[in-house]
Amino acid sequence: MAAVQETIEQVRLIDVDQYKYGFETLVDTEKAPKGLSEDIIRFISAKKNEPDWMLQWRLDAYARWLTMQAPDWARVAYPPIDYQDLYYYAAPKKGGNGPKSLDEVDPEILKTYEKLGIPLREQEILAGVERPEGEPRKIAVDAVFDSVSVATTFKEELKAAGVIFMPISEALHEHPNLVKKYLGTVVPTTDNYFATLNSAVFSDGSFVYIPKGVRCPMELSTYFRINEKNTGQFERTLIIADEGSYVSYLEGCTAPMRDENQLHAAVVELVAMDDAEIKYSTVQNWYPGDAEGKGGIYNFVTKRGDCRGRNSKISWTQVETGSAITWKYPSCILRGDNSSGEFYSIAISNGRQQVDSGTKMIHLGKNTSSRIISKGISAGRSQNTYRGLVSAHRKATGARNFTNCDSLLIGDECGAHTVPYIETRNPLAQFEHEATTSKISEDMLFYAMQRGLSQEEAVALVVNGFVRDVLQQLPMEFAVEAQKLISISLEGSVG
Amino acid sequence: MTPLLEIEDLHAEIEGGRKILDGLSLTVNPGEVHAIMGPNGAGKSTLSYVLSGKPGYVITGGSIRLAGVELSELTPDARAALGLFLAFQYPLEIPGVSTMAFLHAAVNAQKKKRGEQEMTSPELLKRVREIGKSLDITAEMLRRPLNVGFSGGEKKRNETLQMLLLEPKLCVLDETDSGLDIDALKVVSAGVNALRAPERSMVVITHYQRLLDYIVPDVVHVLAAGRIVHTGGKELALELEATGYAQFQNEAA
Ligand SMILES: Nc1ncnc2c1ncn2[C@@H]1O[C@H](COP(=O)(O)OP(=O)(O)O)[C@@H](O)[C@H]1O
Ligand SMILES: [Mg+2]
Repeated sequence: MAAVQETIEQVRLIDVDQYKYGFETLVDTEKAPKGLSEDIIRFISAKKNEPDWMLQWRLDAYARWLTMQAPDWARVAYPPIDYQDLYYYAAPKKGGNGPKSLDEVDPEILKTYEKLGIPLREQEILAGVERPEGEPRKIAVDAVFDSVSVATTFKEELKAAGVIFMPISEALHEHPNLVKKYLGTVVPTTDNYFATLNSAVFSDGSFVYIPKGVRCPMELSTYFRINEKNTGQFERTLIIADEGSYVSYLEGCTAPMRDENQLHAAVVELVAMDDAEIKYSTVQNWYPGDAEGKGGIYNFVTKRGDCRGRNSKISWTQVETGSAITWKYPSCILRGDNSSGEFYSIAISNGRQQVDSGTKMIHLGKNTSSRIISKGISAGRSQNTYRGLVSAHRKATGARNFTNCDSLLIGDECGAHTVPYIETRNPLAQFEHEATTSKISEDMLFYAMQRGLSQEEAVALVVNGFVRDVLQQLPMEFAVEAQKLISISLEGSVG
Repeated sequence: MTPLLEIEDLHAEIEGGRKILDGLSLTVNPGEVHAIMGPNGAGKSTLSYVLSGKPGYVITGGSIRLAGVELSELTPDARAALGLFLAFQYPLEIPGVSTMAFLHAAVNAQKKKRGEQEMTSPELLKRVREIGKSLDITAEMLRRPLNVGFSGGEKKRNETLQMLLLEPKLCVLDETDSGLDIDALKVVSAGVNALRAPERSMVVITHYQRLLDYIVPDVVHVLAAGRIVHTGGKELALELEATGYAQFQNEAA
């Protein structure tokens, strides 16, 4: 059988057990009743003991959401979602709401994170990532399990540096004014169908505030895990880098394998003030569904950064390998003069996955610059679309953008699409766009094999060459993880 | 003496298509250079693909042995590790992979399969530079993605570079002269000649006699309608140049 034919066969055989994070944790959970209503929103808000303004904010968003329609412009297809058939709140009973120490956390949950390789004990974190030659490197973790944060590490050490890193539900109590000042200022409650839904029902997520002039002493990370059946995850993350500060933030996510689709509709807001920099990296590995497209996460996410201050910088790096459907456009509003935005993306689709992802770079200030490097890899019978907008408003004199979108196809039954939108109202804006599409053909594989490489080595060589520019942008430990993940995602993509 | 290459009564067809090789036999001893000439469509490239195990070609009869090892059931990379090298008529482009990275991967993949010590980057770089110099291959070419945007001549020089680096036991050259001007032809031929050695053999496939002025064969075969129909010394090439292949096509039919 010809190699490409085999490829297709192999991809058909891709089995759920290639997803290595698909186990389920059995814990006692407390859930809100099924369905969505004002009462459910009041339930969630009461569970978190929220101030009145927060409840009102949620209810306003809900009223608005009822008048909205799900977007239909993306190149993804799925049956209508029955929003009344979902749970909007699920929390482990033991230590569910703001545990004081790890002893209060359900041991099953601790085991889960151990299995996922996410150490929650600070001494383990130190041991785990100690580099042979250098300083031990620390990563603070906020672990979100279904609708609640179950643990946050290195809080004390961060506090000493003035950094606030805690679940957003906790920040609402401890720093209500900061939350109130920034929440919804980047992604307003009216923004889009999924963001508005999130505003009404968001459960937990991380809150980060880096004070003026502080360089965050360690990487911060949030690890999201959806465990409960039929439960949506609606996390909300808010990161503020005040003047002259710097933070690097990492996000990871996985879910058990289930036959039903699960909804994940998150909102992430970033604010960078004068001279501040935020580097946000994601390795997205939600359960992608099986070979026939059964099950998997619907990942409908709104991520946006506001370069509010002069000389501020926001950079998004994403490695997207999971989810049945991805609808996600991490964007930058380049408001401050001389601010810059970056988007580095590797999006891999295999089996029946559908990806519609990209970015928006909105140039408002003078001399703002942006850079977009997108690498899409499609295999199996998947569809992979890059959708990006670069716009310059009237005052954005000297705006510059460089966009490079490359697609790589493996086999004949997948699709890659590039949809760039460019809008400029300023004649002095300079936008450059490059795009390529290449294919790992049977002849190419034969050529490499004739030189001694096995088929897997040949594919890995081409894929690694293809994604290199983006992998370089990830923090080192993450890059290693991402590389492993890429090869797992493409396992079985060739015969 | 064990022949280096021994093809016996080989029958092969294109998957789901027609029969191309029809009872081809060929024996090449160590150190010998054999030329295979023949009209377009005779099955010369097919022979090179069947030897190297290209997917889509099916052996329906006969055998191929390299230094006594039967090749028919082996994957292309296993055959390569045994010392078979095919210089392609149309080398493939591999975007995103620098020529140097490809060379490194290829050399070490073969060494690993043979259980030999792998080459370090500095060792490899030194060796590639040495060979590159004799082939007019610049450092800039080595940085470029493999064959992407290379001219015809650059691609053929790059094939020769790989051949010299990998030091195969059997080199199969398919129409290496096509797309080459006379200067490039001289450079490439000099490279190929530098590889001639008592333990190494070559099968040089060409439609034209010109290449054989530079790579002088010990034996010349005529391939027509899927088998070897005539064999002679190097003077046969000149004869064919004068008379053409028509007589053999009739003979085969
Ligand atoms: N992939 C293919 N599918 C169908 N026919 C092919 C294919 N490749 C070669 N052929 C046919 O096989 C015969 C031999 O081709 P080839 O080996 O390329 O000849 P040569 O190299 O001697 O010119 C020709 O008739 C050619 O048209
Ligand atoms: Mg040919």
